[in-house]
Amino acid sequence: MEFKTFVFYFISAVLVFASLRVVTLKNPVHAALHLILAFFSASGVWILLQAEFLAIALVLVYVGAVMVLFLFVVMLLDINVDRLREGFWKYLPLASIVSLLMVAEMALVLGGTYSGLLESDIPQQDSQYSNSKALGRLLFTEYVYPFELASVILLVGVVAAVALTLRGKTKSKSVSPSEQVFVKAKDRVRVLKIPAEARE
Amino acid sequence: MTLADMQFVVPDLRLASAEIVVLAMACLVLIVDVFVQDKKRTLTFALIQVSLLGAAVATLLTSSGQILYTFNNMYVGDLMGDLLKLCVYVTVSVVLFYSRGYVNDRPQLARGEFYVLTLFATLGMMVMISANHFLTVYIGIELLSLSLYAMVALNRDSVTSTEAAMKYFVLGALASGLLLYGMSMIYGATGTLEITAVAEQAFNGQINRTILAFGLVFLVSGVAFKLGVVPFHMWIPDVYQGAPTAVTLFIASAPKLAAFAIMVRMLVNGLLIASADWQIMFLILSVLSMALGNFAAISQSNIKRMLAYSAISHMGFMLLGMVTGVVGGDARFALNAYSSSMFYVITYVLTSAGAFGMLTLLARTGFESEEIKDLAGLNKRNPWYAALLMMMMFSMAGIPFFVGFFAKFSVLQAVVAAGYLWLAIAAVFFSLVGAFYYLRVVKVMYFDQPVEEARVVAPLGVKVLISANGLLVALLGVFPNGLMWLCAYTLSQSL
Repeated sequence: MEFKTFVFYFISAVLVFASLRVVTLKNPVHAALHLILAFFSASGVWILLQAEFLAIALVLVYVGAVMVLFLFVVMLLDINVDRLREGFWKYLPLASIVSLLMVAEMALVLGGTYSGLLESDIPQQDSQYSNSKALGRLLFTEYVYPFELASVILLVGVVAAVALTLRGKTKSKSVSPSEQVFVKAKDRVRVLKIPAEARE
Repeated sequence: MTLADMQFVVPDLRLASAEIVVLAMACLVLIVDVFVQDKKRTLTFALIQVSLLGAAVATLLTSSGQILYTFNNMYVGDLMGDLLKLCVYVTVSVVLFYSRGYVNDRPQLARGEFYVLTLFATLGMMVMISANHFLTVYIGIELLSLSLYAMVALNRDSVTSTEAAMKYFVLGALASGLLLYGMSMIYGATGTLEITAVAEQAFNGQINRTILAFGLVFLVSGVAFKLGVVPFHMWIPDVYQGAPTAVTLFIASAPKLAAFAIMVRMLVNGLLIASADWQIMFLILSVLSMALGNFAAISQSNIKRMLAYSAISHMGFMLLGMVTGVVGGDARFALNAYSSSMFYVITYVLTSAGAFGMLTLLARTGFESEEIKDLAGLNKRNPWYAALLMMMMFSMAGIPFFVGFFAKFSVLQAVVAAGYLWLAIAAVFFSLVGAFYYLRVVKVMYFDQPVEEARVVAPLGVKVLISANGLLVALLGVFPNGLMWLCAYTLSQSL
């Protein structure tokens, strides 16, 4: 057995094991940690397929950002583990039928001649070839217009998030004695304008 | 293609100068607004108007009458795009003038973000209008929609606004998903995402027609959502009603122009070869929209909701022009049909901006002019406003010698020329049904007793503007030929 094949089987075994543990473990924190392991192994498979950019993106985005959020939520919320697992056996038959269907569908797609997936080999590149470099080059030349606009979309996201959540500073109600000394009567009385109401 | 033989051509930035002006100004306003102390945000407002003016100047200066591409063919500049963009600038500018008083009365809205998001939404519409690549279409839609979601939710303490924004967001995300799925199918069938290249591939190449038709269904669904036609209309009434009136005014006007533009770009420029397929889809959508829109509007007591259903029926009517472009492989009537649709959408935006603008002016601090009964006796309170609103209602109903009549007439002419007599009869029938609820508003304004006697106040500039808007609705009905010719000419130079 070639070394590459051995690595593939090893990583795949870890991936399958970790994914199984995600659904079978009782402790949600442990399950989340196993999910991280699963993502990490999946990125290893990408590397074997010479798609190093995808591998890096998977680790950075999922392990770095999504899973951290996940762990935060799991640790901050007091989740009752037993309540969560109540329906496990009840839903198992339905869930297994669904997952078997998905496997069958995937087999049909991959096995069929329709999409021609199996005929197409991975293009062989020399060892100096870098996917990230090629992608970066494309993004900043051919796709520069949508790329810049995508950054505008992110800017809109930031503006919207601030506009919808920021309520300004909450003022402390403590009184500053140095200011209170100088208070005048007209500062204390406010004249309010009440809008006129409709006649009965 | 390897890296070595990849030729990079520096894009012609001049062509996109209007977009660049708007983006630069939006970033500038974002920074300047932080330092604005004034509660009315006069400086921010003025800067937005200046950037719209700058964009209009840039569009006029770069308009050459030819079809020019830049950014590796992702951006197209042509006369149709220029005309629609100018309409967008004018509409956004007028809309902001109408909503200024409304916004200043409400501290939740009177923030710099309202203006900045308006400008970003305008940029999104401009990107959509001059897109020549499915990716650019999608990014333009997202830029527009994300700004709109946030604007609807800006009144964050209102439950109805939040609910409307949530519905709009979830359904909008679903529609974007449909659109993207359709685009991926088109890519699968033709091997390219560039709209002109898709047209070329579809015309000469050996393409998989099944996958193309499959993708087309999703593209049409995505466009139908953006236009708000049945059965993708569910968001319209809730969003129009839930959003603050100033935001409804914005949503109900300029974005329709952008939606029309992407429809022409993707389906006419790109997939005219499959016109038989998408015409039959539009036919169904159009008849359903006219039926549901007009009948559902009858039972509404909230005028924003009523106008929302009216918008659905109007967009259905507009689609009739798209249905009748190619008859049995003969594209003789295409130009006529598409330009009648374009005329319809431009004049609808004019009328809709006037009607919602009037509702915005009638609202005051702590009072929303939302119910039809709030308009009771408007004639006694302010006869001129009542007359203007009556003109808008008459135009929407399609009563002769207002512009809405001529718009309907030119679409029907195209429908009859294409030989769909039954379709024309159905459209006229549904318009008659529609006339009922428009005339009811007029009846309430003129013959009912006023429930309140508060005077309607508006600054002089806004009064002049809304009067001009109303008079334009009347005048364009008598002299429609100028605009009609402009639509036909720009389309003939762009297709």
